[in-house]
Amino acid sequence: MEKDVLILEDVTIRFAGDSGDGMQLTGSQFTNSTALAGNDLSTLPDYPAEIRAPAGTLYGVSGFQLHFSNSDIQTPGDSPDVLVAMNPAALKVNLKDLKKNATIIVNTSAFDAKNLKLAHYDVNPLEDDSLEGFEVVQVPLTQLTMSALESVSISIKEKERCKNFFALGLMYWLYSRPIEATVDWIDEKFGKLPLILEANKKALMAGYYFGENTELFTSRFHIEPAKLAAGTYRNISGNEATALGFIAASVKCNLPLFLGSYPITPASDILHELSRHRNFGVKTFQAEDEIAAIAATIGAAYAGSLAITTTSGPGLALKTEAVGLAVMTELPIVIVNVQRGGPSTGLPTKTEQADLLQSVYGRNGEAPVCVLAAATPADCFDMAVEASRIAIKYMTPVIMLTDGYLGNGSEPWKIPPADSIPEIPVHFAKADKEFHPYERDENLSRPWAKPGTPGLEHRIGGLEKAHITGHVSYDPDNHHFMINMRQDKINKIQQDIPDLEVRGDQSGELLVLGWGGTYGAITEAVTKATKVGYKVSQAHLRHLNPFPGNLEKVLRSFKKILIPEINLGQLAKLIRMEYLIDVHSYNVVRGLPFKASDIEQKIIQMLGEKK
Amino acid sequence: MSDKTSVIETHKLTAKDFASSQDVRWCPGCGDYSILAQMQRVSPDLGIPKEKFVWVSGIGCSSRFPYYMDTYGFHGIHGRALAIASGVKIANPDLSVWVATGDGDCLSIGGNHFIHTCRRNMDLKVLLFNNKIYGLTKGQYSPTSEKGKKTKSTPFGSIDYPFNPIAVTLGVDATFVARSIDRDPKHLQAMMQRAAKHSGTAFIEIYQNCNIFNDGAFLDFTEKDRKADNIIIMEHGKPLVFGKANDKGIVLDGFNPKVVDLSEGKYSVNDVWVHDEFDRNPARATILSHFTEMEGFPVPFGVFRQIEKSTYDGDTHDQIEGYIKVKGKGDLDKLFMSGNTWTVE
Repeated sequence: MEKDVLILEDVTIRFAGDSGDGMQLTGSQFTNSTALAGNDLSTLPDYPAEIRAPAGTLYGVSGFQLHFSNSDIQTPGDSPDVLVAMNPAALKVNLKDLKKNATIIVNTSAFDAKNLKLAHYDVNPLEDDSLEGFEVVQVPLTQLTMSALESVSISIKEKERCKNFFALGLMYWLYSRPIEATVDWIDEKFGKLPLILEANKKALMAGYYFGENTELFTSRFHIEPAKLAAGTYRNISGNEATALGFIAASVKCNLPLFLGSYPITPASDILHELSRHRNFGVKTFQAEDEIAAIAATIGAAYAGSLAITTTSGPGLALKTEAVGLAVMTELPIVIVNVQRGGPSTGLPTKTEQADLLQSVYGRNGEAPVCVLAAATPADCFDMAVEASRIAIKYMTPVIMLTDGYLGNGSEPWKIPPADSIPEIPVHFAKADKEFHPYERDENLSRPWAKPGTPGLEHRIGGLEKAHITGHVSYDPDNHHFMINMRQDKINKIQQDIPDLEVRGDQSGELLVLGWGGTYGAITEAVTKATKVGYKVSQAHLRHLNPFPGNLEKVLRSFKKILIPEINLGQLAKLIRMEYLIDVHSYNVVRGLPFKASDIEQKIIQMLGEKK
Repeated sequence: MSDKTSVIETHKLTAKDFASSQDVRWCPGCGDYSILAQMQRVSPDLGIPKEKFVWVSGIGCSSRFPYYMDTYGFHGIHGRALAIASGVKIANPDLSVWVATGDGDCLSIGGNHFIHTCRRNMDLKVLLFNNKIYGLTKGQYSPTSEKGKKTKSTPFGSIDYPFNPIAVTLGVDATFVARSIDRDPKHLQAMMQRAAKHSGTAFIEIYQNCNIFNDGAFLDFTEKDRKADNIIIMEHGKPLVFGKANDKGIVLDGFNPKVVDLSEGKYSVNDVWVHDEFDRNPARATILSHFTEMEGFPVPFGVFRQIEKSTYDGDTHDQIEGYIKVKGKGDLDKLFMSGNTWTVE
């Protein structure tokens, strides 16, 4: 039966099931194939902290949301058009997020008494009117998978685990995606387990052909490739982009890359990625704890490496004292904080922006550091290079902020030619003149003297240093001088960073100012509000300490400033404090990215409903 | 091109070349002076160019050590010396990295790093200045203070059992474990020389007198009248005998050591346990490590155990070289283009 093909502009799909159902894998495979189909896309993995929460429970539901389109898109989508629910709990947890009239594809095989009870359903929602208004497509996914695998001699459990590939195949058919990349992936992944390989491939194909043959679907959909700027693209997550950015920086500064790290969600993928690239001379050191990780990083920087450490909020808290040591010894290190929900252990797998003040101020003493924040998953690449450049040029620790959404989320990355990335000059001290470890250059940076260089033997450490000589000094005037010197050095970076760009009118009624991972949601909100006639401009900070030099001028060009943040107003505090300019904070701290529509509503509220 | 011969260092370095310009600020009479002097004495003859020495420390009296050595030096933060030193060594395995640490720095706040550094066999030389007291914070008990010790923070006597650093290092299969003392310069120098030549974590516990807060803690091991009966010098291949007239020995009865009198005729030196520093089995060295807690037993000095294992920093280097051989040197463009890509015209 030939089916109609309907052309869509964009679609948001959410895959949801048990943490053990392979939803993240299904989602990332679908993403990969969608990228290859040439669509623009943005993803939002959303999973519980428990690795395998008890099956069927509400708190064990794992989801993966993907927004793809024939044009430029900024967010993983506010609310899904399509939900694939592998069990009753997945349906219950996700139902409230769906668009009106959304399509729900349910795995009816999982809607038995036990699972309904685990999901706290008194009545089967497929049998009452609770799903009215949605287009519900009932597919016995598990059962169909089992029959498709009848001839494969693996256990029943192993067969059942293939149901995500059946669902994936069905969605590939429904949205006209290429299937080959997943077939190749299965071949590679299960090369040593021929029966599992066969089963997964069969399930995938069975799902695909089921779509073609069933009468449940009268039509399938097609989304034209997006008209992205010319170039070669790949799909990339923020954590991958961060890792590649540091490898690029290491090549560009011609120094070996050292990573000292302790596994922590959601930052571990950077460690995983970097540990694969030993042929770039990358030395990854999985330390015994967060403190050892940064301490070793400082040691490696002292020895002349491009040295970085990666962590998330609780880890940064543990590293605090050592960051101060790097400030005092003026060594170039980069600390990546993939922010997650806090305080304490908080929400390990969820996103948040609440470590800004911790990064700018959270140390004993006056201990200024440079703070940067990436705006999108692909921007993590550029910010890793930028963080490395600043750390080396100014001999300072740099904190690079990303977050769980950026780290795990992905988007197409326009691959830069390696030679388009500027070199990062490094000037190690030479023994050709008298050497003073705390003498300063025009950037106020002290010399970087590599152990092993004859004639430059010197001592540094956490005790206050005398100006120029670097000897231990308890002199009051020297301390006052050095406190100011360290601050001046960080302030000086302002002259070396780009001005803040304003999108839209350069002055006017309202500026929406953001930083970090809210870029996509703010951009979409401002674009939509502008389309319907509102006068609103947008600016996004990637340099947070110091701020860009023109920030005050930009702020004073607008009557109102709106700052949406996934915290209780940390950037707003900094802006008020620094410039005595009042701002409107918009704060939603739910462990999730902003919805663009919520920000749009806020914009409309501030500018007044159009008459 | 002319056939240049490399410049040969004609100036022979001396201990003085390893003394920095900084005034040494330890209390007069502190055991640290001796450790510093012995280190400066042995350094010129270790076959290591001066610029390749890196001294790393944490916090405490002992941790001021790097300031007084005219080498590369890094005075870190409390407890983290071994972690900082690990970073230095992994980054540049060509350096000879030494750590000066104390019983508080190494065993209390830095205990975790201590265990893991030894476990990894990171190629570091670790001098533990053990004075069994907190000096720089003015006299609280330390993890190696004896139970019952009265200090500023334990007016009723400490109720902590002391840490046995030698047993811990043996427990994580450290590859070089030794003990020495500030008041025996020759022995200390010999241990330092052996540590320098060892590949892997070389740990020396150095008993060090704090004449301000714990004066006389080691008199039993230094005073002529009683020293001989209280210590035993371990030497490879030699029987474990001690006493003024070498009239006492250690006999091993299964897992149980006992002190025997060699003058009575019941036991001869042939019955005495012969020390094997290179025994791959850590059991005997571990028995020796517990003599400090056993009534009537002498405290052992010397090398408890030395074994050969690959080092963390060496293995890192080998993995990189090995992978480059297989994959070729990293190429950024290839890296960026790996995985699934597509092109927009």
